[in-house]
Amino acid sequence: MFDLKDLYQEVIVDHNRSPRNFGKMDNADRVAEGFNPICGDRLNLYLKLDNNRIADVSFDGSGCAISTASASLMTDELKGKSIVEAETMFNDFHRMLTDDKPHDMKQIEQLGKLAVLLGVKHYPTRVKCATLCWHTLHSAIEGKKTPVSTE
Amino acid sequence: MNRKNIAPEIPATKLIFDVDAIRADFPILRQNIHGKQLVYLDNAATAQKPERVIKTLDNYYREYNANIHRGIHTLSQKATEAYEKARVKVQHFINASSAKEIIFVRGTTEGINLVAQSYGRTRLKTGDEIIISEMEHHSNIVPWQLLCEQTGAVLRVIPMNDDGELIMEEFEKLLGKKTRIVSVGHISNALGTINPIKKIIKVAHSCNAIVLIDGAQSVPHTAIDVQTLDCDFYAFSGHKLFGPTGIGVLYGKQSLLENMPPYHGGGDMIKMVTFKKTLYNDLPYKFEAGTPHISGVIGLGEAIDYVNDIGFDTIAAYENELIDYAIREASAIAGLKLIGTARDKASILSFVMDNIHPHDIGTVLDHEGIAIRTGHHCAMPVMEHFHVPATARASFAFYNKREEVDLLMTALEKCKEVFK
Ligand SMILES: Cc1ncc(COP(=O)(O)O)c(C=O)c1O
Repeated sequence: MFDLKDLYQEVIVDHNRSPRNFGKMDNADRVAEGFNPICGDRLNLYLKLDNNRIADVSFDGSGCAISTASASLMTDELKGKSIVEAETMFNDFHRMLTDDKPHDMKQIEQLGKLAVLLGVKHYPTRVKCATLCWHTLHSAIEGKKTPVSTE
Repeated sequence: MNRKNIAPEIPATKLIFDVDAIRADFPILRQNIHGKQLVYLDNAATAQKPERVIKTLDNYYREYNANIHRGIHTLSQKATEAYEKARVKVQHFINASSAKEIIFVRGTTEGINLVAQSYGRTRLKTGDEIIISEMEHHSNIVPWQLLCEQTGAVLRVIPMNDDGELIMEEFEKLLGKKTRIVSVGHISNALGTINPIKKIIKVAHSCNAIVLIDGAQSVPHTAIDVQTLDCDFYAFSGHKLFGPTGIGVLYGKQSLLENMPPYHGGGDMIKMVTFKKTLYNDLPYKFEAGTPHISGVIGLGEAIDYVNDIGFDTIAAYENELIDYAIREASAIAGLKLIGTARDKASILSFVMDNIHPHDIGTVLDHEGIAIRTGHHCAMPVMEHFHVPATARASFAFYNKREEVDLLMTALEKCKEVFK
């Protein structure tokens, strides 16, 4: 049986309680809005770019522990990464949560701190909570005007 | 707390209500979730089905599955008879004056859409007004918005106060010569508020508006008498009344239904078809195009028999005691805020907790075997009113017990532990 502690790990609870990089960025180059209509989670993502690198990133909004912690962890990991690296990370992260196949531990290690969200995999209804920030990031990078929705 | 709309004057101790015996009627309740006994508190979303209803469906498919109103063979006759018998059960259940006033639809949603399109679209014009309320389910908002787009009618909304009660003075101010339709919920699925529908109907009629009542949440908890209420339409869903999904009822006054055009065209709803002219069938068949959900109707009839056998006096008294207990216990939890504190309230406990998102409450509770609903409950304007993105909602049926309320409270304390 899967233990609740594997989902709500200490790191996740901590990032939910005091999210990193939380707040509006006034001089952002890109802003995108994400929305999960099922649970009402809303998230704004702010990006500052330096050539093809993420110079700074922050978020605000309201959401559940999984969605807040995921956004907090994501923004921590992304700073200084290139856009290509960020998109690769999104793909790996998405695969970690949705792939039926056993995990490739090497790939998961590459995800760094994001690996604590592995437990979400066992809660299909919560996967969207963890990926909302990534979809929103993707939309910010693409410069999309309409808010992204998980549905 | 006053429960005048629902609670009869029966002291709880006098009730002959054996909740364990009732629970034994519901096979689904006998299972473990994550290793814990299932505690099903999502009855406002859909109720569980008693053995009798399950057997009735099984029996229909095993013994007399056939199309209705069409065959002269024995099985078809049997199926038709059972189908029409269920219609009469529904008629008596809500005390309609005739079985012709009972239209089988897919659910509350389809019932409301039928009225909006068949009644509304042919009668409303630019500037006419439709009144709904701030606490409606989306299914009692969107059909009217569509109708407004089609006809140029205008949607007006009765506001509610911070207890989640309709502000009746505001309703009376909204009513006027232009009001054509008033459509309100009997019991709010997001808040549990029991609305004063009798008064709403009376006042609306004094302005010559017709009234539709969304009874999705009320039929499982309280006896309905459409003649005493004098509502023009009343819609409800079978699945919240311990019956199958995909079946529901629209009650309409015969005088209104007779003058409304069909909603869907097809088989069964006609008397004669030529390419020049088609003669529509009589009520209620005019509104039942195509092969209906026959097993659903028969199953709903059985569910109604089941509920009647327990009796609404007993059900209401038991449930009121249970919700009062749940409200008392929940109010004692630090950091928990009830959303919806109306004086007249049915079996719904909607709440939020400090620093814990409802979604996370839902997952922690699921681990304890407790099923609740989290989210906006298809009532986003209600969430907006209370400035919350979502709530957690425990909703009770007569098979729930005090012990389950206790388990819920223990699990909520556990949520605080997880997120402290
Ligand atoms: C108050 C209310 N109205 C309407 C509906 C819609 O019912 P259905 O989905 O069965 O058509 C519901 C169901 O959630 C409800 O609670």
